Amino acid sequence: MSIEVRIPTILRQHTGGEKAVPGEGATLADLLTDLESRHPGLRARLVDDKGLRRFVNVYLNDEDVRFLGGLETPVSDGDSVTVLPAVAGGAAAVPSTAVA
Amino acid sequence: MGRVTGVLEIDKVTYDAIVAHARRDHPDEACGVVAGPVGSNRPERFIAMVNAARSPTFYEFDSQDLLTLYREMDARDEEPVVVYHSHTATEAFPSRTDIALAQEPGAHYVLVSTREGLEPGQEEFRSFRIVDGQVTEEDVRVASALQPSSPPPPSEEQHTA
Repeated sequence: MSIEVRIPTILRQHTGGEKAVPGEGATLADLLTDLESRHPGLRARLVDDKGLRRFVNVYLNDEDVRFLGGLETPVSDGDSVTVLPAVAGGAAAVPSTAVA
Repeated sequence: MGRVTGVLEIDKVTYDAIVAHARRDHPDEACGVVAGPVGSNRPERFIAMVNAARSPTFYEFDSQDLLTLYREMDARDEEPVVVYHSHTATEAFPSRTDIALAQEPGAHYVLVSTREGLEPGQEEFRSFRIVDGQVTEEDVRVASALQPSSPPPPSEEQHTA
């Protein structure tokens, strides 16, 4: 038993094209560390120094982890984690540091 | 910017629906997708989304709506063939923000402008590929209906993404 992590198209270059990969950990942060050991580069696309990147959404089952505990959100076997890039843009400028 | 190479083929009803959504939400930016079967390059299912930012200069799909949308597309074996949004005071061309945040390399990014000075029926409707920060404009071909999805004759050049 493990945690299923669903990977969006743009990040599948880090998972050999796989749409979903298994991982383990007690928190989302642990899970991302575990994934990084097999899928180098993936973690940096999801987090920066300040935590989860602004324009990447991570869901635990049906909930955006921002409304749970962010990177400290507890996860357990059988959970499903879904990563989706934000669909966003517009005429206004955003700080370049907000983007992967 | 790259030269015009590809083409977005879209039916008139969907085209009109995108423009109508942009007008309806003006002066805020409007946004949505047109989904189609994976790998088909056919924008078949128009889905207007709520701009969670409710802003004249920014759009973002609501996080929960985004999850629902992608689950639904997954279940139907679809992908976002078109991702559209409006610019309400500037031209229908990707801004630096649009380019920086574009994360669907397989999608046609459609921009509609509703800025002042455009006559009704003269909307700006342009389509772009945005991949790794590179913007390539493509032609927009509006058809009364999409061509049948059966395989094209061998003589016809296959259009691949």
